[in-house]
Amino acid sequence: MQNWIKITELENIPLMGARVIKYEDLEIAIFKTKDGSIYAINNICPHRQGKLSDGLVHEKVVTCPLHNTDVDMISGESIGEEYECTKTYELKIENSLVYLNLK
Amino acid sequence: MKEKLIVVGNGMSGLRVIEDLLEINKDKYDITIFGEEPYVNYNRIMLSYILSQEKTFEDTIINHESWYTQNNITLHKGDKVISIDKLNKTVTSQNGKVENYDKLLIATGSKPFIPQTVGSNLNNVIAFRNKADVDTIIKTIDKSKTAVVVGGGLLGLEAAYGIAMHGVKTILVHRSGSILSQQLDSTGGKLLQENLEKYGIEFKLNTTIKQINGISDVEEVEFSDGSSVESNIVVFATGIIPNKDLAIEAKLDTKKGIIVDDFMATSDKSIFAVGECVEHKGNTYGLVAPLYEQGKVLAKKLADVEVDGYSGSTLSTRLKISGVDLFSAGDYLGDETTEELILLDEKVGIYKKLVIYDNKIIGIVLYGDTADASWYLKLLKEHTDISDLRTKILFGKSALSGDSGHGGDDVNSMSDDEEVCGCNGVCKGDVVNAIKDKDLKSLSDVKSCTKAGASCGSCLGLVEQILVNTLGDEYNAVEEGICDCCDVGHKEIKECINENEFSDVYEVFEKLNWKTNDGCIKCRPAINYYLLVKYNDDKYKNDKRSALVNDRNYANIQKDGTYSVVPRIWGGLTSPQELKDIADIAVKYDVPTVKFTGGQRLDMLGVKKEQLAPMWKDLNDCGFVSGQAYAKGLRTVKTCVGSQWCRFGTQDSMAMGVKLEKLTWGSWTPHKYKIAVSGCPRNCAEATIKDFGVVAVDSGWEIHIAGNGGIKVRVTDLLCKVETDEELIEYTKAFMQFYREDAYYLERTAHWLERVGLEYVKKIMLDTQKREYYVLRFEESQKSAQVDPWAKAIEDGFTKEFSPIVIKPEESVSFEAKEIN
Ligand SMILES: Cc1cc2nc3c(=O)[nH]c(=O)nc-3n(C[C@H](O)[C@H](O)[C@H](O)COP(=O)(O)OP(=O)(O)OC[C@H]3O[C@@H](n4cnc5c(N)ncnc54)[C@H](O)[C@@H]3O)c2cc1C
Ligand code: SF4
Ligand code: SF4
Ligand code: FES
Repeated sequence: MQNWIKITELENIPLMGARVIKYEDLEIAIFKTKDGSIYAINNICPHRQGKLSDGLVHEKVVTCPLHNTDVDMISGESIGEEYECTKTYELKIENSLVYLNLK
Repeated sequence: MKEKLIVVGNGMSGLRVIEDLLEINKDKYDITIFGEEPYVNYNRIMLSYILSQEKTFEDTIINHESWYTQNNITLHKGDKVISIDKLNKTVTSQNGKVENYDKLLIATGSKPFIPQTVGSNLNNVIAFRNKADVDTIIKTIDKSKTAVVVGGGLLGLEAAYGIAMHGVKTILVHRSGSILSQQLDSTGGKLLQENLEKYGIEFKLNTTIKQINGISDVEEVEFSDGSSVESNIVVFATGIIPNKDLAIEAKLDTKKGIIVDDFMATSDKSIFAVGECVEHKGNTYGLVAPLYEQGKVLAKKLADVEVDGYSGSTLSTRLKISGVDLFSAGDYLGDETTEELILLDEKVGIYKKLVIYDNKIIGIVLYGDTADASWYLKLLKEHTDISDLRTKILFGKSALSGDSGHGGDDVNSMSDDEEVCGCNGVCKGDVVNAIKDKDLKSLSDVKSCTKAGASCGSCLGLVEQILVNTLGDEYNAVEEGICDCCDVGHKEIKECINENEFSDVYEVFEKLNWKTNDGCIKCRPAINYYLLVKYNDDKYKNDKRSALVNDRNYANIQKDGTYSVVPRIWGGLTSPQELKDIADIAVKYDVPTVKFTGGQRLDMLGVKKEQLAPMWKDLNDCGFVSGQAYAKGLRTVKTCVGSQWCRFGTQDSMAMGVKLEKLTWGSWTPHKYKIAVSGCPRNCAEATIKDFGVVAVDSGWEIHIAGNGGIKVRVTDLLCKVETDEELIEYTKAFMQFYREDAYYLERTAHWLERVGLEYVKKIMLDTQKREYYVLRFEESQKSAQVDPWAKAIEDGFTKEFSPIVIKPEESVSFEAKEIN
């Protein structure tokens, strides 16, 4: 099942930063990395629930601001530590608008 | 033809023998190593730091794969040796390998002892011995349940501390009435216990585990005092047993452990043994220092170099828990024939005891202040007659030389034969000689060449100081890379930045051959800082995306992801109107907690990120600017009431505090920076534990530097006395700028000073020309720095992204069910 929702204009996602999307109970962070690609990932760090949107972005990784757990934005896995995976989501850009697949 | 040497056990002592052997003779043996664990050789001691999350596994690796390859060593990881055939000189492994040897070394360490109780066979009843155990602990602990640790020895305490550091409630059960009874007397044990309780560890003394309940996993633990607790993990640290299984099977002589002679030979002269698995003259050992002493002897023996036999070891120990200083050695309990010298200050948490027999020290317990440990240990080992020192000995070595000093480990006062590294038995003179003879330039060179600091690491600060002192001006901290992204250290990065022109962090990465495109949390903020400091004006814009979260969002992130907002309160002085304004704003935004900070400001805690911008705006409108409570920069200037109000005040500390804060706010520094001004030597503003402390005296002001009230309190050093306010201001500017430019990113003034030495700082600061240079650079940089970051962030639109984009389900369906592929 696909469930695409419209998020925002691409330019509203800051380069090397994140924007938080709230949809019902979900909090999803959309990151834009150095090369301009975007990734959507549940905003909650798998370690101790830090807000990943406040983390430092490097390559395809975000480092949680609370205790520096590295989370891979593509797979949602924590790197170097074994915590549960964070959920990641599919994104699409059409006419400079960002769409997210809630599945 | 080379002889064939097989090592069973890829652990700490076996591999040390090989390292030592390779140093003496690289070509004598063909070496094969079998290790039961599936890893290369790692530092078992550091498992405590992995558990407490202070280190990663990578940090603990002693020899990487490449080391084995370079030295032509065959390593069979994850393959246990199951039998030895003495006649045919072969060993057989679990994976079916059969290899023959000329010489065999057994270094199989020990096995944890887990007492048999009901339920001790359940899942998650484990020991704290290897990497797998630590992985299990981290995976299993659960914040809603209690973790139980059994055994109040060194290992048990480190396990409990490590678990508690995950925010998990931890109960430590110990059979006797006070903890660490192998190392401490009951007074020391009590102080330590009080300290550890602060970390959230609960102690059940005179107690054991009655039974553990559960179906397959641990679910509940019952104690001998009748109580019980819901738990899903029990960690036993109740002792170790030498691992002599192989030796028994091969019919070598064993008792408690594998019996060896003074040259570590077993009852079969082709087979040697070393480490925790051996028994020498009736003794077994469970710490690395004695094992390394054994190893040294054995390496020479294997290389056919003449060597005196091993004659046993004096044990001394330290506890590896951050913020807990503890050292003990020798016969610390004493008996009716011995005397005790004791110094106890319960409030400060200092306890020192020397056990004396026949005017000689035979036992040492130091708690809270271990600066003189190596000196006492030397007196003990050399059987020095202390009759003449008796009245002062407890106050430490510096008390004898009449230097009231400020404590700390002063390497200058150490003699060459005082031990620096207990684990590896390295004395100061060994380090100094190695630096001179082998032309060593960096800490990692010293570490690998002398082994000082290479094991538990608690002596590294001391080793580095010796390096700095020995090399003097030549000292060129060629350190390891600051993170995995690069091979260069802070010093080299700073030099490169100063010699070249860069416009952003990425250009620096490129120039220095970074292995990653955009760095990581360790290097990017550091480079950003160095660029900021170099350019000093607005030629380089602070790259927010490269700053740590607080410096990026201009507020302090708290444990639940909310922020705390702190307006600046100049010199700690406020007015009823300001208080009212803050109160109104706190009410308006429904701030859950308002607290006075340690630096005389008001902290509004629990503010949601999206509330930050409007709240800042309201504060700005009332005339407040950011208190930079989050910043690596000036935080506060604390003052006492001084001559304006105080009966004793000789100077106007409030006015001076305000002046200094107006001068220094807005600046960036490598780490947070705090100032305090006291109006008389009574020092009510506690200026002597600040980065920059000012104390009024009759003749003017005393300037104190590099104090800190952190995990390890450091009292300031006196920089100088000045007579006038103008001079004080000049020093304030010069010192801050010098620190900004000289220290490494994230190095507090205290650590910086300890690294570079007080003499170096004094030399620069007391030189009029140099001082002038830094004053000018400071003034220049402050011109562009003193802008309120809150107002600026709102103005340039950065705060827009603080608010979430809220999407309602009914709006989202507006994008129809059209499939996008
Ligand atoms: C958490 C922790 C903290 C510690 N902290 C300190 C400290 O601060 N200071 C200090 O001095 N000491 C400390 N120690 C003790 C120190 O680690 C040991 O004394 C030291 O590791 C012993 O060295 P070893 O070579 O004898 O045994 P080990 O390092 O245990 O090595 C033995 C190796 O042999 C392997 N092995 C066993 N049998 C076989 C076989 N049949 N075939 C193949 N391989 C086999 C084992 O798997 C193991 O890897 C600590 C220990 C732990 C567990
Ligand atoms: S430091 Fe001196 S001047 Fe300041 S409050 Fe204390 S006693 Fe008074
Ligand atoms: S505010 Fe400081 S001392 Fe207090 S809990 Fe946080 S880090 Fe520890
Ligand atoms: S909550 Fe993310 S690292 Fe701790």
